[in-house]
Amino acid sequence: MPNFFKDNKDLQFIFNNLDLREVVDIAEDSFTQAKEFNYAPTDYEDAIENYRKVLEVVGDIAGNFIAERASDVDEEGAVLKDGKVHYAKGTQENLKQLAQADLLGMIFPRKYGGLNFPFTLYVMSTELIATADASLMNIFGLQDIGDTIMKFGSEEQRQEFLPGFCRGEYTGAMALTEPDAGSDLQAVKLHAYQDEKGQWYLKGVKRFITNGNGNILLVLARSEPGTKDGRGLSMFACYGGDKIKVRRIENKLGIHGSPTCELQFNDAPAQLVGQRKFGLIKYVFDLMYRARMGVSAQALGIAQAAYGEALKYAKAREQFGKSIYNIPVVANMLIDMRVIIEANRALFYNVAQIVDLKEKLDEKINKLKAEGKPFSEENIRLKKIVKEANLLTPVVKFILTESANKITYDALQIHGGTGYMKEFKVERLARDARITNIYEGTSQLQIVAAIGGVVNDILAEKFDDWEKKNYKGGVAPLVNHLIEIREIFKDALKYVLERKDPVFQEVAAKDLVELYSCLYIGYILLDQAEIEPNKVFVANRYVLTSLANARKNAESIKDGLFGDILHAEKILA
Amino acid sequence: MYNSIVLVKQVPDTANISGKVMKDDGTVNRAKLPAIFNHEDKVALELALQVKERYGGKVTAITMGPPRASDILRECLYLGADEAYLISDRKFAGADTLATSYVLCEAIKKIGDYHFIFAGRQAIDGDTAQVGPQTAEKLDIPQITYTEEIIEVSEGKVKARKKIDGGYEIIECKLPVLLTVLKDAVQPRPFSAKRVMAFKGAKSLMDLEKLTEENSLLYIDKLTHEYEGRGLYIKTLTMDDLKLEDDRCGVKGSPTKVYKVESVVLAGGGHKKVEATKESLGELIDQLMSDHIFG
Repeated sequence: MPNFFKDNKDLQFIFNNLDLREVVDIAEDSFTQAKEFNYAPTDYEDAIENYRKVLEVVGDIAGNFIAERASDVDEEGAVLKDGKVHYAKGTQENLKQLAQADLLGMIFPRKYGGLNFPFTLYVMSTELIATADASLMNIFGLQDIGDTIMKFGSEEQRQEFLPGFCRGEYTGAMALTEPDAGSDLQAVKLHAYQDEKGQWYLKGVKRFITNGNGNILLVLARSEPGTKDGRGLSMFACYGGDKIKVRRIENKLGIHGSPTCELQFNDAPAQLVGQRKFGLIKYVFDLMYRARMGVSAQALGIAQAAYGEALKYAKAREQFGKSIYNIPVVANMLIDMRVIIEANRALFYNVAQIVDLKEKLDEKINKLKAEGKPFSEENIRLKKIVKEANLLTPVVKFILTESANKITYDALQIHGGTGYMKEFKVERLARDARITNIYEGTSQLQIVAAIGGVVNDILAEKFDDWEKKNYKGGVAPLVNHLIEIREIFKDALKYVLERKDPVFQEVAAKDLVELYSCLYIGYILLDQAEIEPNKVFVANRYVLTSLANARKNAESIKDGLFGDILHAEKILA
Repeated sequence: MYNSIVLVKQVPDTANISGKVMKDDGTVNRAKLPAIFNHEDKVALELALQVKERYGGKVTAITMGPPRASDILRECLYLGADEAYLISDRKFAGADTLATSYVLCEAIKKIGDYHFIFAGRQAIDGDTAQVGPQTAEKLDIPQITYTEEIIEVSEGKVKARKKIDGGYEIIECKLPVLLTVLKDAVQPRPFSAKRVMAFKGAKSLMDLEKLTEENSLLYIDKLTHEYEGRGLYIKTLTMDDLKLEDDRCGVKGSPTKVYKVESVVLAGGGHKKVEATKESLGELIDQLMSDHIFG
């Protein structure tokens, strides 16, 4: 009886070392909800026990049921028949079980029927589900469109939409992308207009909409005629139905269980969510933190599954009279995979807790404001933490999704020719991983989002504190390496800034972001190694690899490798 | 509205054996085996929950077992049971199917108010498939064994499909009835997250007694009362509560004696390819006859 939560030692380690005291305290109104709901925790320890037990339920469903169905789901896929989208049989069964287990409204308050779980536990569940079936994560993960309604909608809208999610009656979709508005959402054209009674309607086309057949759609639309940029866009909620036609679903490389729809809105009635003109500039930006983390959890889950398959295969496969696990080159690849996964997971849950605290501080400030109480202290902290989240969520998305591709690539390589065949899970994982560094913002756009925080060195204070820390044992020498990486980073940054060349700066950004992120991850791993001796191996390989990469990063920046970008037209002619 | 009682059992996990699980005297060393919810009983509970969802009513799970069997009663609560009873007493130890069905029958009489009793076909430890039928006999109610599906319940009658060799039978029967259930009848639902959080602290009388042993400031009556108030008390019935005859319980009430338990190691010693020719098949049959596998 596999349990993806209980069986994953690294995830257990992360879970046991979560520090969610403040988040839980805010979320639980200082534990007053226990009087009203028999499933609300009575104190912090009780809350953690709740989270552990529920994650065990998720791990059980993921390991014993969802994973078992994943190959069939991939084979069958979602299909469009007579204008209706039908999920694969396995997907339907998965959703039914998740609904029975109350897992489709994890983050919503209890008064709407949700579990009131912190974001960190929600993305941990997302990782577990993606480990079993990456395509299911897309539907599971869309419960957080309800979060936009939660935060910015009216109380009537919350009562109208959220309980259906919690009961598992609704699935959602986030309709942002259009044929001519992909990465550039400012170009969204879908038209929103009002009749004389004030009722809103939507007209136009959306493309590449994950689960566009969902019951509740959150739609970004142009409500201000004559505008051309993001300031003319508002957010709307509407029900899927006759007025929203699914014109086609895409025939994709991977995540076959998740229907990707082209939608035609034929004067579909809709409700404005929040304020007009805030659709892109406030609400989409807000949901991007969570969307990036959701896809990163998906990537982490896929990587974990691929590593598991590779390890199992390497132990079972015999060549040259021994299992290939005992061939040093193969073992080395496996260790690399394991180290990358643990490093990524360390980063991911560190940042998940930052996003969690950001959301909860926001909630607390709103509450203090409403009560007419002072909130300046919280506000100062929030501003700082928003800066961190602005830097670190794109970093997470960039690092984790690129890693998932590398790990599935290596996992398939370890399988040899067998891995190329449909009979083994690894080929599906390699296909599924490929989308993660594309959607919800490509890796290239994550770098654009992160570079500002890197250039302003906003984590400097954290690095200073880490450098001053007195690490003991095997970890101590690694600090010196990280100090060296920081020097390399500062030097490279200085070089880039002094060139005052925007084209060059744009190209060099990737190397700078990589340098900066390996510093951050490196220190998190040192902290982990202090608690768990086995993590010294992880920290050691990670930091040494990072140092070698850092020298390479710096060299490619400084030796003028990118100088030829100005001659792109000639080279590419 | 139809009320159901579900008979559940905690069994050693015989599918995941590690270490030395058989003692030298041939008895099972239960401490070495993880204890799990007998799967067919979980299927029985699922059928009961589906009856409740279709027609309304209440689902009560009961088990006879040692104190640690309260683990599976908590699981019953996680799955949706409204109430759970632990039937436990030192004097029940060593019970065979006759003594077990006697205790269960008396407990069911005490709980009362039921239309259905569901039970798994058999438990994976004893594999006798006798407890369900014996309980029905003692209660003097009809029984449907090997149930695969509840087709309909109406006007005090149930229509159910039961498996028979090479097919199935549709049976109509008046209530109350005891049904034993096959493992593939339905897929048990997962735990409900809300119920897991709500009932994770549910405790039986023995669980609470343990708490009082560890802390002399706690008093059992007060504690039981407190847990009842919070809806977290797993009702517990002992020998005294059920006013049972001493001679009919436990080892004393069990005529079944285990003569010998043998550890059989199935050794699949290689394989032999048989060509699809008349001669080869003839040789195969001769071989099987001489090995006394046939004939």
